[in-house]
Amino acid sequence: METIFRPYHPASGQRSDRSAGDRLRHRQKVREAIRNNIADIIAEESIIGKDNNRIVKVPIRGVKEYRFVYGENVPGVGQGGDGELQPGQTVGKGKEGAQGHQAGDQAGVDYYETEVSLDELVEVMFEDLELPDLDRKNLRQMEVERQFRHKGFRKKGIRVRLDKKRTARSRVKRKKASQRADVAGLHGERFPFHKDDLRYHHTVTETRRESNAVVLCIMDTSGSMDTMKKYLARSFFFLLYRFLCTRYENVEIVFIAHHTEAQEVTEEEFFHKGESGGTFISSGYNKALEIIYERYHPGLWNVYSFHCSDGDNFESDNPAALKAATELARISNLFGYGEIKPLGAGYYGSSMIQFFSQIQEPNFQTVQIQRKEDIWPSFKTFLTKDRVRDDAA
Amino acid sequence: MAAAFTIEDLQEWNLRITDLVQKFGLDPYPQEFEICDHEQMLSYMVYSGMPSHYSHWSYGKAYEKLKTLYDYGLSGLPYEMVINSNPSIAYLMRDNTLALQVLTMAHVYGHNDFFKNNFTFSTIRSEFTIETFKAHANRVRHYVEDPSIGLEKVERILDAAHALSLQCRRNLSIRKQTEEEQKEAKLRDSKPPDDPFQSVHRRKEWVSPDLAKIPVEPEEDILLFIRDHNPQLAEWEKDLLTIVHEQARYFIPQIETKIMNEGWASFWHKRILEALDLPQSLKIEFLIRHTQVLSPIPGGLNPYHVGMKVWEDIERRWSKPDPEEEKEYGPKKKNAREKLFEVREVERDSSFLRRYLTEGLIRELNLFEYKSRGNEKVISRVADEDSWQAIKNTLIQNVGTGTIPVIEIEDADYGNARCLYLKHSHDGRDLQLEYAEKTLQYLRQLWAREVTLETIINDKKSVLAFADDKLTIKPVH
Repeated sequence: METIFRPYHPASGQRSDRSAGDRLRHRQKVREAIRNNIADIIAEESIIGKDNNRIVKVPIRGVKEYRFVYGENVPGVGQGGDGELQPGQTVGKGKEGAQGHQAGDQAGVDYYETEVSLDELVEVMFEDLELPDLDRKNLRQMEVERQFRHKGFRKKGIRVRLDKKRTARSRVKRKKASQRADVAGLHGERFPFHKDDLRYHHTVTETRRESNAVVLCIMDTSGSMDTMKKYLARSFFFLLYRFLCTRYENVEIVFIAHHTEAQEVTEEEFFHKGESGGTFISSGYNKALEIIYERYHPGLWNVYSFHCSDGDNFESDNPAALKAATELARISNLFGYGEIKPLGAGYYGSSMIQFFSQIQEPNFQTVQIQRKEDIWPSFKTFLTKDRVRDDAA
Repeated sequence: MAAAFTIEDLQEWNLRITDLVQKFGLDPYPQEFEICDHEQMLSYMVYSGMPSHYSHWSYGKAYEKLKTLYDYGLSGLPYEMVINSNPSIAYLMRDNTLALQVLTMAHVYGHNDFFKNNFTFSTIRSEFTIETFKAHANRVRHYVEDPSIGLEKVERILDAAHALSLQCRRNLSIRKQTEEEQKEAKLRDSKPPDDPFQSVHRRKEWVSPDLAKIPVEPEEDILLFIRDHNPQLAEWEKDLLTIVHEQARYFIPQIETKIMNEGWASFWHKRILEALDLPQSLKIEFLIRHTQVLSPIPGGLNPYHVGMKVWEDIERRWSKPDPEEEKEYGPKKKNAREKLFEVREVERDSSFLRRYLTEGLIRELNLFEYKSRGNEKVISRVADEDSWQAIKNTLIQNVGTGTIPVIEIEDADYGNARCLYLKHSHDGRDLQLEYAEKTLQYLRQLWAREVTLETIINDKKSVLAFADDKLTIKPVH
């Protein structure tokens, strides 16, 4: 009986990443599935204040492999250990395919969820969004994107950038040249590749600079903002914060918390501290205006302001709030107002959305957030790329 | 990492093993061993060991899953991987110790012998296995690269075909009747039986069979049926269905004989290694590894362990049976070795367990029946006098292709509207409805007309109809 042994070749080991293509395709499908489910994920997961490496479980629908299988009511047979067994005793987990010793012959149980890191999730989410209506201003230091671009060819490089076609072509050139030089006749013999034949793509990094931008996050932290409302508001701002950190490298972010008085706070305080008291919305806006004039002159900076409140403002403050809001809308590229009104939360004295409808500025936007599911759509309304801007107004 | 052995070591051990293999009377294909590293092993596992295999995202998914389990130490890699081909190809992991390699090689010869001699594998042309898979890979790649087809379209067909691939005939050694033969048989069956008193009996009315019906007899090969009867499919789509069917067909015998095959290989590696007279250092490691592989998984079912126990019991009963057993089963007519080889040739998991898993063994293996409740298994029966038979029946239902529901095409022109009517042969186990819905959707996509599945849900006869883009479930009376 003859037996052949094929020894291990490290080279073939390196070359043999045969599943790479299939893995890539699978990841694409997972991303697609995540994108289709983002609204649900945001609603289900409390993502506030979670660090980047945290793993989020994402239900995946499109990537399951379906077959005809039996349902839950089907009995199975297992092996007991050494002890006596009694009917009614529970053992281990439900049907789980024993890890295959022989791959490919069993359907196995499909997994319903995939795990992605928060970072990855955020990246998928924010792919199509950007700060709208960014104007050219005098100062530019914000790096918007880094791009790798092909620029010519080199004889040295890393393997993944090898240009096979050009390499083959230069080999042919060398072959022709050597044949002409050497009439005597290496003709017909093997003509292997030489190191000099190798051609690699050369890439350069390009950075595009955009004008400066500052984002002001203004949140109502008054007593009427109960836990649920604060949660919704914070979720919204957290998304905004993550979005800015992910997509823009040098955006300034200012956090303002207000009740009857406004205060500039740190990120930590903004997301985690609770306060109480009455509500003067104007105080938040005035603080914002103050900060803008002091540090971020609208002539040099793109200003984005976002405000979340339950709209339960103190009556007497309304005219002042309207005035400040108009002013803020005038100097901002975009001023977004999100009103948080959880469903079935009862009657509210006032809705600022109606009141603010007097503001004529085209870059003033309002949305209403009623449930967790609304956070993502409202977020998108604010930041969708091709929002039409009515310049005529 | 420096290997603790050389190829020469392996060759030397291999010579000693093959001597024993021949001495024991095993009859394997020529064997080829390939040394690989753990990453390659992961890939081989995902692509069923094939050196070339067409690509599909599901293999990427399987790889990620395996790799994650492996990286977190939740699952080890198999020590060996054997392909049913002639010559047989097996992979040995470079980083394993010498003792493990010797154990693996002996185990591989067991599988190899089983592939060559068990009847379920007789329909597979094992000398063409590698070439067939390579040809499939080339054809799929060709379609993906064809600008008029492309990855998206190929994937759509493959996704759907994969969902239905195991809905095919199970016992491949029974030849499939051609349509003509089916018609003849149907005609023959419709004739009334010969009656010696026909002169005095009133003649039964003869009902002519409907020979125009498609399919003539219920058809289990769903992919092939669609390929042959959906005129809207393009040639490349038909080819993809053929490819997926052929691959499933290759794996059916392996699914059918998992317990026997693993048990057989374990049974022989044990005997070979005992006869090898290993040096002490290797012997201890062999014992440890052997025990690891062959210990029962409490709550689960270890096919290696169950299989080997049954084989050992057969050997015991045919060499030195208990007097009681002799009384019950009669005197033995064969010697143990002959009996083992006979069983290895003519059984598959379900028949193997039905014939040779005795009450004593069920007790010894401490088998129990469970039902799932939420995430837990609740024991419903334990191995005692009253329920061992029931446990055995449940086990037989759950081995081999028993875990795949039998679904047959009854009518391809249901309601005279070229709708597909399928029937699930219900054996007490309901279908998982979410999966059934999605699978019907794939079927609907391939058939391009409405599909209807008759089944039983919670003891009620029901039909699941998938029209356009949604499923309706109706009870039938």
